[in-house]
Amino acid sequence: MIGSLRDLAPIVLVIGFFQVVVLQTPIPDFFGIVTGLLCVVAGLTFFIYGLEMGLFPVGESMATAFARKGSVLWLLVFAFALGFGTTVAEPALIAVAAEAASVASAGGMIIDSEAARTSYATGLRYTVAFSVGLAIVLGVLRILKGWSIQYMIIAGYMLVVIMTSFAPREIIGIAYDSGGVTTSTITVPLVTALGVGLASSIEGRNPMIDGFGLIAFASLTPMIFVMAYGMVI
Amino acid sequence: MEFMTQLIDITLSTVRDVMPIAFIIFFFQFGVIRRPIPNLKRVLIGFGYVILGLALFLLGLEKALFPVGRMMAEQLTDPDFIRSWSSAAGEVLQWQDYYWVYIFAFAIGASTTIAEPSLIAVAIKANEVSGGAIGVWGLRIAVALGVAVGIALGTYRIVTGYPIHWFIISGYVVVVIQTMFAPKMIVPLAYDSGGVTTSTVTVPLVAALGLGLAETVPGRSALIDGFGLIAFASLFPMMSVMGYAQLTAWQAKRVKRKQSNVVLTD
Repeated sequence: MIGSLRDLAPIVLVIGFFQVVVLQTPIPDFFGIVTGLLCVVAGLTFFIYGLEMGLFPVGESMATAFARKGSVLWLLVFAFALGFGTTVAEPALIAVAAEAASVASAGGMIIDSEAARTSYATGLRYTVAFSVGLAIVLGVLRILKGWSIQYMIIAGYMLVVIMTSFAPREIIGIAYDSGGVTTSTITVPLVTALGVGLASSIEGRNPMIDGFGLIAFASLTPMIFVMAYGMVI
Repeated sequence: MEFMTQLIDITLSTVRDVMPIAFIIFFFQFGVIRRPIPNLKRVLIGFGYVILGLALFLLGLEKALFPVGRMMAEQLTDPDFIRSWSSAAGEVLQWQDYYWVYIFAFAIGASTTIAEPSLIAVAIKANEVSGGAIGVWGLRIAVALGVAVGIALGTYRIVTGYPIHWFIISGYVVVVIQTMFAPKMIVPLAYDSGGVTTSTVTVPLVAALGLGLAETVPGRSALIDGFGLIAFASLFPMMSVMGYAQLTAWQAKRVKRKQSNVVLTD
């Protein structure tokens, strides 16, 4: 509880400072803001509590169970399902896909109609979800094989750079942003626990060096796939 | 009363977001692994806490912080406001006149990142895995600084209108160079911290700032220039986390050297 209060204090200070000193306007609806802040503090406390009770143990126990079972195929299927399933319904992604559709219709890439926009947004959403699924599969394979992450990420960056010069200008900003929005608050702890759990249960892997990095893949592949989507459509 | 219905609404939508994840976990646990989850009851209670916590968190943000933050982003980017602060500003605003926007971008980037739940989760895990070598607060502050610099630079880009890929590609070059020199242990974590920083708290506020700015700065289109702040916010933490590790490693080395010097002079 005290920890959550401390986590929140900076935002309150920043917003208060700008409201009172810079903009010089009184704070509207003071009572509503205080109740809201109390909710945020309580929510953060519950979340962190539940994290250590629920999300971390599940991710780790599944990683150990898969490692013991020794079925690489099922592990990869699970990795894909986790990446795809958690991304396709992500609210932030739905919002970004809708924005992207209006950019595309304003830029004349698709016909300016409701139906064309909807199908563009849906296509984009599935593309991103597929790319996140693929990213987690790639990341899990990396942990199994012990490949070093630098070369894979650097190769990914090069691909991003090369594709940037061919992709339509309107899509670039959205493509770059889509890397950041795909990883939600529930996916991150689960995926992190999975990676660390896998790396600790496979002999010869260091959980620090091999366990992290899944999220990095999940934020890289959407950029590549969204630009490819913009080029193809 | 209204509060309760809102809370129920948000809880339901959080449950809907968690459903696919829960479904996948249960399918693989019972269909493929075929072994009961250890401490099932505890885990389920944990999931309940996560959902309740996230719902309360979102509700509170929606009630308290987002409206004020969004309004603030609009007001700060308003040309009239900018003129009222810098008396030197002429008819055509220069990029320097937007200094309050940059300061706000920096401050809001740092403060929202400190409160970001998924970053807290990763920091806890990294601390546990590294056996305490990576401090929870050290990592969170390094990431927050990275996001702050990234978003401030991102707003500068919107104001000046330079193409986004110049910044991102040169950022990549820096990341690649840093990767070669940073301690090996930190590299995967640093790459990860780029992606985790931007979720529930940061994205809505930062997106409002970007769109507000792109709408009011002459010659910018909200559709094309309003995007890209998130990309800046996920690039710079990689640099700051690796930088933080390099700094700690360098400091440790210096202390060691000093100690060996003392031994020699003795």
